[in-house]
Amino acid sequence: MVVKTVEGSFAVAEAIRECEPDVVACYPITPSTHIAEDLNRMYADGEVKKYIAVEAEFSAISALIGASAAGGRAVSTTSSQGLLLMHEALFAASGMRLPMVLVVANRAVSAPLNIWGDQQDSISQRDSGWIQLYCETNQETVDSIPIAFKVSEETRLPAMVCMDGFYLTHSVEQIDVPEKKLVEKFLPKFNPEIKLDSENPLSLGVYAMPSDYQSFREDLELDLQKAKQSITRVQSEWNNLTGRNYGMIEQYMMKDAENVFVAMGSVCGNAKEAIDQLRANGEKAGLLRVRAFRPFPFGEVAGALNGKKNVAVFEKAVSLGGAPPLFGEVLCALNDLSRKPTVSSFIGGLGGKDVTVNNVAKIIVKIKDGEKRFEWV
Amino acid sequence: MIMKIPFAKPGTAMETKTGSWRTFRPRVIEAGCIKCGLCVRYCPEGCMGEVGKIPEIDFDYCKGCGICARICPKKTIVMEEEGCSVKK
Repeated sequence: MVVKTVEGSFAVAEAIRECEPDVVACYPITPSTHIAEDLNRMYADGEVKKYIAVEAEFSAISALIGASAAGGRAVSTTSSQGLLLMHEALFAASGMRLPMVLVVANRAVSAPLNIWGDQQDSISQRDSGWIQLYCETNQETVDSIPIAFKVSEETRLPAMVCMDGFYLTHSVEQIDVPEKKLVEKFLPKFNPEIKLDSENPLSLGVYAMPSDYQSFREDLELDLQKAKQSITRVQSEWNNLTGRNYGMIEQYMMKDAENVFVAMGSVCGNAKEAIDQLRANGEKAGLLRVRAFRPFPFGEVAGALNGKKNVAVFEKAVSLGGAPPLFGEVLCALNDLSRKPTVSSFIGGLGGKDVTVNNVAKIIVKIKDGEKRFEWV
Repeated sequence: MIMKIPFAKPGTAMETKTGSWRTFRPRVIEAGCIKCGLCVRYCPEGCMGEVGKIPEIDFDYCKGCGICARICPKKTIVMEEEGCSVKK
């Protein structure tokens, strides 16, 4: 174990290096730039096999698709408009069942132009067939890199590791960056059976007529749902090696909680502090942190919220003209419960707007009256 | 895991008979054909037979695009609507 005081981005780059990717292809964009920058430096120093300095994010994801199709371990990193530019090819990657890892340093989308953090960019890719993990801390993000590679390669589904831009990417803190030896023990070499190979030629992603197309989509959906088992098992393997345990969800002070705050990502750090303060005043507050947004852990969320009184779903993204994304999923998870809590939606933290410990505490206190709310904070 | 991966081995496109896509069907007026082979070379599906012979069209794959009729220097290939009073 090597605990270093390091910036989140650089720790993530180190974790990527220890996974020995065959191809890294990035187009730097704030706030993911430091990850790309460090990987590029590692390539110059001979520590990374291949870094393709592409001309745009569409090329980055295309390079990943090519590399993965040829049987290589492929990784990129991006944010905001960069991820939106990748959108079209994200569906191709999952449809062709190509494993790869994309680290998303979450950032608001234009317009108006804003470089600060929210989760609109990756939430907007939720239907693309990718696994999505949202991390609370830099340690969790670093740990999620080898986890994402392993899950992605065994399920043949591409995976996004989402870390909040600036809150995580630019924070310097103490992080245990896994050593190469440990990663080698955990992550087997990627050697897919079906790949582009001139000795045994094949085409990937060829067309499917109306009679076949839908069954491919149906299987993709079933496999993405089943990836939950793979994520759970791989995370417990990681726990055995490092002692750091991650689930599909995380429950904090939930046992006797009556009023529950539900959220994803780094804001949960503030939420835990707010809950500690409320608990000190005798409030029965709890936090449900959703780590895996895709596949969405419906059963776990329903189990955690069963019998609770009031739930506030807080999110840093909006589905314009529709149900707030996380709120909608939580409501869907609670559909079969006989004792449904009252669920309110709070949207906030967009474009880097501060969400303080006090903000969270106020929300939890506010929902105690049992009223349904749709609010922006 | 189902892991249905959409891939195809070489030659498997043969199984997809695209002839059913056709709206117009090329017909060669044999008397005018000079066997120049231009239609054979231009046909994107490779279903006009051999250079130096009167075209023998493979209707399992001919999509009816009409390139053969357009390129024919003698205007000896005509496109006729499928399902109308057309002799095969």
